[in-house]
Amino acid sequence: MRTKKTLFVFSTLLMSSSLMFAGSVTGKVTYTGTPAKQKPIDMSKEPSCAKQHATPITGENVVTGANNSLENVVVYVSAGANDDGKVPSQAVTYDQKGCQYVPHVLPMHTNQELKISNSDQTSHNIHPLAKVNQEWNKSQPPGTPPITQKYEKEEFIPVKCNIHPWMHGYFVVLKTNHYDVSKSGGEFKLPDLPPGKYTLTAWHEDYGTQTADVTITGAESKDVNFTFKAKAY
Amino acid sequence: MHDTSVHAAAHHGPPTTFLRKHVFSQDHKVIGKQYYALALVAAYVGMFLSWLMRIHLAWTNAAIPGLQLLSQSGAPGGVMTPELYLQLLTMHGTIMVFFVLTTAPFAAFGNYFLPIQVGAEDMPFPRFNMMSFWVTFTAFLFLMASFFVGDGPSLGGWTQYAPLNAVGSVGGPGQGSGVVLWAISIALFCVGQLLGSLNFITTTLDLRVKGMSLMRLPLTAWAWFITSCMGLTAFAVLMPACILVILDHVAGTSFFVPSGTVMNDQILPHSGGSTLLWQHLFWFFGHPEVYIAIVPGLGIVSHILLANMRRQMLSQRVLIYSMGALAILSYIVYGHHMFVSGMNPFSSLVFSFPTLVITIPSTIVVLIWTFSLYGSRLRINSASLFALGFISMFVSGGVSGFFLAQPSLDIMLHATYFVVGHFHLVMGVAAMFGIFAGTYFWFPKMAGRMMNETLGKIHFWLSFVGAYCVFMPFHYLGMAGNVRRYATFVDDFLQPLIPVHRFITIAALITGFAQLIFLFNLIYSHFRGPIASQNPWEATSLEWSTPTPVPWNNFDKHPVVYHDPYQYGVKSSVGDYVMQASPEQVETEHDEK
Amino acid sequence: MAKLFAVTIFVIAILSAIPILRHTWVAPEDISTHGALIDKQMSETMAEAGISFLAAQFVLGFFIWKFSNRPADAKITKFPGGAKGLVIAAFLVVGIEVLALGVFGAKAWANVYFTPPSSDAMPIQAQAGQFAFYFRYPGPDKKFGGIHPEMVNEGTQNIFGLDPEHDVDARDDIVAAEMAVPVNKEIHLLMHAKDVGHSFFVRELRLQQDFVPGLDVTLHFTATKVGKYEIVCTQLCGLGHYNMKAYLNVMPQADFDAWLKQQAGQ
Repeated sequence: MRTKKTLFVFSTLLMSSSLMFAGSVTGKVTYTGTPAKQKPIDMSKEPSCAKQHATPITGENVVTGANNSLENVVVYVSAGANDDGKVPSQAVTYDQKGCQYVPHVLPMHTNQELKISNSDQTSHNIHPLAKVNQEWNKSQPPGTPPITQKYEKEEFIPVKCNIHPWMHGYFVVLKTNHYDVSKSGGEFKLPDLPPGKYTLTAWHEDYGTQTADVTITGAESKDVNFTFKAKAY
Repeated sequence: MHDTSVHAAAHHGPPTTFLRKHVFSQDHKVIGKQYYALALVAAYVGMFLSWLMRIHLAWTNAAIPGLQLLSQSGAPGGVMTPELYLQLLTMHGTIMVFFVLTTAPFAAFGNYFLPIQVGAEDMPFPRFNMMSFWVTFTAFLFLMASFFVGDGPSLGGWTQYAPLNAVGSVGGPGQGSGVVLWAISIALFCVGQLLGSLNFITTTLDLRVKGMSLMRLPLTAWAWFITSCMGLTAFAVLMPACILVILDHVAGTSFFVPSGTVMNDQILPHSGGSTLLWQHLFWFFGHPEVYIAIVPGLGIVSHILLANMRRQMLSQRVLIYSMGALAILSYIVYGHHMFVSGMNPFSSLVFSFPTLVITIPSTIVVLIWTFSLYGSRLRINSASLFALGFISMFVSGGVSGFFLAQPSLDIMLHATYFVVGHFHLVMGVAAMFGIFAGTYFWFPKMAGRMMNETLGKIHFWLSFVGAYCVFMPFHYLGMAGNVRRYATFVDDFLQPLIPVHRFITIAALITGFAQLIFLFNLIYSHFRGPIASQNPWEATSLEWSTPTPVPWNNFDKHPVVYHDPYQYGVKSSVGDYVMQASPEQVETEHDEK
Repeated sequence: MAKLFAVTIFVIAILSAIPILRHTWVAPEDISTHGALIDKQMSETMAEAGISFLAAQFVLGFFIWKFSNRPADAKITKFPGGAKGLVIAAFLVVGIEVLALGVFGAKAWANVYFTPPSSDAMPIQAQAGQFAFYFRYPGPDKKFGGIHPEMVNEGTQNIFGLDPEHDVDARDDIVAAEMAVPVNKEIHLLMHAKDVGHSFFVRELRLQQDFVPGLDVTLHFTATKVGKYEIVCTQLCGLGHYNMKAYLNVMPQADFDAWLKQQAGQ
């Protein structure tokens, strides 16, 4: 018991000391060109969802903001630091609300628990189109407990609901805990990076991937920006 | 003719070991009982599934306690998911149509009584007969296995329309391993039925004893003979169709999937298949199958009514011809399942006329039965009640055929509860009533004991009234446009109809409860019922000339037939009837054949 | 027991007929130009089937009442008409009945399927896929762009698999999740299945037709009453079959033009 406690204190100290010297990467994701116009989604088939949106929402595969910023881009450490095996104990959550996936893109660590809930008054089927991992397809009637799942291998998995074909999202299963999804201004932040040489990858579901190398030497903050080329169609 | 039956018996001697006597038996009577037991298990499984479906339809988001034990992912917290509903629907349909309605009246009773009724010692190919049961049993295991393999049974319904049956798991839960298991099961089932049909046909044609001319065959024997002719041709089409489905799954062929099929935003690696091909193959089997389920019932009901009316039919010949006409017409009416399927609309009209014409032989059968009641001395017992109930159900389910035979009305009624009501009454409930009538009537011969009449009558009343309460409202729902095979009724239009669904569910639970009384009666009487005499119903056909329990080779000595099968209402030394095998000369209503 | 049984049959027969006679559950009002014949055919068939049903049940019940549990010495008598009379009656009565139904029914059927659409009928393409309907209007150029199955992507709302980058015809195509049509205008419906079999059923339009994968079929109809009606799928297509629906929105021509313009602007 005592040894366990000592160990715990020791490791906490060790971790915090490494964090003290850790650097971080911040940046912004933008695009050039003209993105295709996002069409509003007609949810008339599912009135209980349609009435949750005062104005019709549009698809979320390309979400842009002011100053050509690009949302929903997953930026992660693809080489350099490998947290293989350090699976966070906390589950990531995925909700179905107003016939939309919240969040649209959900990164997670391999083998991390994934909790999917249904806040709608209608049944959804969750159908992640996994190719590397095991594919599954399950309905979730309203008011039923969350579905919990895990993915063992790295993969970008499109998620869809066949009952509401416009519902579309992504599970991004990574072998690292160093990831972020670009916010409404296109900004992202990867904190707590110990000194070292890293390759960062930015992934967008329609516009592909980009990589950048970055070296962290101490408790510094590096700036890395990504620019994607938009597709008109 | 009597010579050949002696040969048949020479194929196998009396069994000595337990395994040969009760399990891998070649005795048609044991095989008949095995089929009956299989149908019994299947019927209660099928009924249980229908309860779950009915409860879900009436109270959609209610948790059914314990349902999550049946399917963890299919019923989170006990609430049935749409896929589980469809999986139960597929299994209910498949189990009931194949393993109950085909198995019980045809394979079970037919196996037990056809050889006895023609005076044979056994079927001509006892080993095939044994195989037929065990293949069917294996088919049932394959079907049941789909509950436990992968993501459960198929959700495609018992008709398994293409291309949903061939695209694989991309089509939804159960469409991968579930469909493959389904197709294997049904292909095996076809093998079993083909073997059985061969035996039935040969028995009827070759093993009749001396004096048993074709026209002296009891109506049950005729019904089984006609059914086996249908089975031989219908199952021979379904089996290859199932094999093609399996090939589409495991060998990458494209029999049923056309080019350009996109599922989940991915184009499928199939091209050149035809979805209508499956429908043609399936219904070329499927419609004769309906008659395979009901024609034995026509025979059983005639047989039982005659013994209880204590008179001859107005015309036995007309009944036989009508059953034959039903069988032949059943092959050229199948297109009425496909009126709005995308088949050429001219074909729809062509299929519509034979479908309308098939009402004529059906009407004749009902008229002959009904007007044979006129002037009879009708005895009321559990068996005759169910036989009379059969007539009522057959009429009620039959008249809706007037609607469904017309393509113009099918536009409104296709795929609605009207169709569900129609086929449940005419081939589901009616055929079940035939099975019940047969059970109450033949149980003394099969088990050597009598069934309890009081329980039998309670079972009848609850079933008769209950079945009407369940299936009549289905027609009304259909006329209002209630679409079938919906897991939940979400359309605005369907909301006012939900109280009707609740009424049906309650009626279904009560009717189902009555079937538990039957099960109790069956088991209790099997062990504790009063010992039956050789001929408790004072009936005339050969099964009542042989001792109870029936000896291993059916007859102590070969019978010789002297009379038409139903010489009731005559004056003889034993009463108002004369046995087929009795040499006594009596004055009869009709001239003997 | 037999008399009780006979009475039960009478009661069931009468109770079954009451909702039919009172029109308790009926199809909604017809809004099509071809539906009147179908409705007429339906009520005529109902009359004939209903009479057959009641007659058969009553005669059965009556005979059970009259001829059951008679004493052992009661005389067995034969129905005077005999089997021959019954067979002739069945052929004449039922034969003429079904022949008449068949012939008149064929007329109602021909009315839907054997008449070609008029040349100025408005084309609309309906696509059925797991588990939604989508509708496509050709736009100002009056031409539908080609369908490229490999380009279908519901996530980016390219429902039909159009290729506007290379296909000029596709650029002005209007895709909607509800089916708006002008009232009293003939519609030529082109039916395309994206994946498995589906069906197009509008009760008020008296129209039901399957979508056949690999085989595009067409229908034509005219809606005569402004309103919103449900289009539902009636061909088992998978787990979401029960919730596969869309709305048919019948509007005055002016409203329809405005709707189309608004859809094109999106």
